[in-house]
Amino acid sequence: MSHAPTLNPDYVDEAGRPIFHPVEEPHHPEGHSTMLGFWMYLMSDCLIFAILFAVYAVLGGNYAAGPAPKDLFDLPLVALNTSMLLFSSITYGFAMLAMYRNKVAQTQVWLAVTGLFGLCFLGIELYEFAHMIHLGATPQRSGFLSAFFILVGTHGLHVTFGCIWLVTLMVQVAQKGLIQANRRRLMCLSLFWHFLDVIWIGVFTFVYLFGILR
Amino acid sequence: MSAEAHNEHAVTHDDHHGDDHDHGTYRSYLIGFALSVVLTAIPFWLVMAGVLAPQLTGLIITAFAVVQIVVHMIFFLHMNHRSEGGWNMLALIFTLVIVVIAVAGSVWVMYHLNTNMMPVHDMQGMG
Repeated sequence: MSHAPTLNPDYVDEAGRPIFHPVEEPHHPEGHSTMLGFWMYLMSDCLIFAILFAVYAVLGGNYAAGPAPKDLFDLPLVALNTSMLLFSSITYGFAMLAMYRNKVAQTQVWLAVTGLFGLCFLGIELYEFAHMIHLGATPQRSGFLSAFFILVGTHGLHVTFGCIWLVTLMVQVAQKGLIQANRRRLMCLSLFWHFLDVIWIGVFTFVYLFGILR
Repeated sequence: MSAEAHNEHAVTHDDHHGDDHDHGTYRSYLIGFALSVVLTAIPFWLVMAGVLAPQLTGLIITAFAVVQIVVHMIFFLHMNHRSEGGWNMLALIFTLVIVVIAVAGSVWVMYHLNTNMMPVHDMQGMG
């Protein structure tokens, strides 16, 4: 019997015959499927945002005789906010590059810079929310404002948890160094962080810029 | 910076078992960043300066957003058809199909619902 050399060695017995029912899971290195699994999570998160964007698209014009986007949105502030998130994306990229070169201190510095940009983003967003609520533009005021706060607020909540995760990983790296598990975690947070920047592109285009246009 | 770029591949990742993650370089991150800045600045400028008709501006900024999302996917998320044996791309395409159905379907249905509603005369009094 000649067995094909392309058979997966995990599924061949000692005599070279194929095994159709392996009694044990073949060995895989720890975390080998984490990146794919995390990508699946991001795609499901993407669906959550898609639904919130759909809600905003449907309700975004229902002002209930209340304030409209033109009365509330301050585009220079949104541009500043956008730049904060964009800067944090590239500094996270630099942190990853430092990680691949095994430079612990550099990785930590870039992670800290990323976290600061993330906090600036959140600070500006909270200032904007507080200003709107001060003007009476609360989530209860109209369908437009409910949809606005749930969409932008959910994104802000994601950034908040991203910041908490980032600090957690900085502590982990400080204690354990750039071990394989920490590399994997940093790669997951990298996907998460850049994903949030992608969602923000949709927010600033379809909420803020279109809000001023209409 | 070019010296660092050379070092990058000199370091052996002995604990990096065979994963083929394309993790980019300073160059690719900076290209992505520069493109993003341009693709963000132009829509903001178009809307803030109001140089074009609103409908045309809307079309253009939508196109810029789509291009910028693709730029982020390539330069920051390092998406390609090979990552994770193609499963990343497959999941992304599936998600995009669902997203388009959900968003376009909601807008379409609700638009027709609104236009076919019985006319309500005194909407102002109900606010």
